[in-house]
Amino acid sequence: MIKCRTIFQGKGIGKALVSHIPISFFGGVDPNTGVVVERGHPLFGKSIKGKVLIFPTGKGSTVGSYILLQLSKNGKAPAAIVCKEAEAIVAVGAIMGEIPMVDNPDAFDFTSGQQIIVDGFNDAIIID
Amino acid sequence: MAIMQGGDGPVKQKAMEILVALGEIFNADKLIDIESTQISGVSYKTIGDAGLHWIESMLSEKVVIPSTLNPTGIDLRLWRQMGIAEEFARKQMQIIDVYSKLGVKTLCSCTPYLSGHSPKFKDHIAWSESSAVCYANSILGARTNREGGPSALASALIGKTANYGYHLDENRQPTMCIDLDVHLHEESDFSALGISIGKKVNNGVPYFTGIKNPSVDSLKSLAAALAASGGVALYHVESVTPESNSIKVGGIETISFTSDELVSSYDSLSTIQSGPVDLVTIGCPHASLSEMKKIATLVKGKKIAKNTKFWIFTSVGVKLMAERFGYLRDIVKAGGEVYTDCCMVVAPIEQLDFKTMAVNSGKAAVYSPSASNVEVVFGTTGRCVDIAVKGFA
Repeated sequence: MIKCRTIFQGKGIGKALVSHIPISFFGGVDPNTGVVVERGHPLFGKSIKGKVLIFPTGKGSTVGSYILLQLSKNGKAPAAIVCKEAEAIVAVGAIMGEIPMVDNPDAFDFTSGQQIIVDGFNDAIIID
Repeated sequence: MAIMQGGDGPVKQKAMEILVALGEIFNADKLIDIESTQISGVSYKTIGDAGLHWIESMLSEKVVIPSTLNPTGIDLRLWRQMGIAEEFARKQMQIIDVYSKLGVKTLCSCTPYLSGHSPKFKDHIAWSESSAVCYANSILGARTNREGGPSALASALIGKTANYGYHLDENRQPTMCIDLDVHLHEESDFSALGISIGKKVNNGVPYFTGIKNPSVDSLKSLAAALAASGGVALYHVESVTPESNSIKVGGIETISFTSDELVSSYDSLSTIQSGPVDLVTIGCPHASLSEMKKIATLVKGKKIAKNTKFWIFTSVGVKLMAERFGYLRDIVKAGGEVYTDCCMVVAPIEQLDFKTMAVNSGKAAVYSPSASNVEVVFGTTGRCVDIAVKGFA
């Protein structure tokens, strides 16, 4: 079990989708499909829907929160978000979209495809 | 407190919940009063129906401090000339109407600081629009975090923000020193610099040395690029920006920026190097009066190519001044079109059947390939005008 800090409460279970570089949700993720559309991004072409999306921090445009809200309303949101360090735009997006989110994990060593439980009630991440 | 318990109604409660959540995340000791907000999340393209419903849910309240709005997806008067679909325009007008009812001034510009909304040194503000955040912190010496559109709106409704991050002296210190080995001339040079350094410094605070007497337009381009490629909210330039003499510059990593790196940053911003170009855009961030003058001088007596559009984006105030000073006449005579209230990044360019866009903005070059599904040619303002006249790069 990895200790972390809860940004938005809730439990999210899914396969890990890991980016080692920051994500900009505006221009980075299509709100209608949940697919990463930023060219050259390591997650380009992958869907974040239902995944535990793991990335160091947010970057880019300040409308990113609305993209997370749209993803949630469109049923394309990740099951949970894990950041090394939360920043305001992704954090507010998670709160508005009611997406479980944690940050500051004791260890930031995840691999895409791992089955992960984000327990945003108990400040914990469990790798199955 | 009473607001959090719903004593001032559900809207203020929701706004306060966002501010308090951010305060808790970032270990703020208190909420502080702020002077103004700049609110992003305006274009129907960026916020969609979900965003429209969210801001509509705030309608029983009004903002309590001066607040201005970011660009929309359309020129509010000339959208038909742009070729925007009725349905998009209708949704966009609905969004503007909601913000207007909330008491937000519908300036619809990303450069409010060029249109009378200009905070003073050390003012605490809560701005979104990443380029304006970076400009306000760096050039004006005001204090704001990189607010998201919703948190800026929440601050506008409450009049406060959480006291953390760039509101505190200790977080305004540089984290990396960049020594320029190359002399930069054009706004696009500063864009290319910002794109390159933004990736290296991420959420840090760059301190630039070796930049001599930059124009305001160059500093605006640098702010936008740093904020688009990284998460930069504040930069310092030796002997130029207001806090550059009071910060500690010892003990941080120093890197150089060379002419080779400038060239490679230019190359990295173009997705294609040559070929036909059907759209040339300038005005990210919104063109200043001096940029309008520069464009007018470059296009005077020329003719924009038949199959190419030349669009310049600016604020309503700058367009009026450009008209009075004759710049608008020269641009329009050459076949250029000047639009207000919107820009190439948040307008629905992908619905307008353009394939390739030339830009002088690093921010637009970063977002447009994915946000607007176009190929991009990045170059100086002069090259952009050349491309517009020839119709190809």
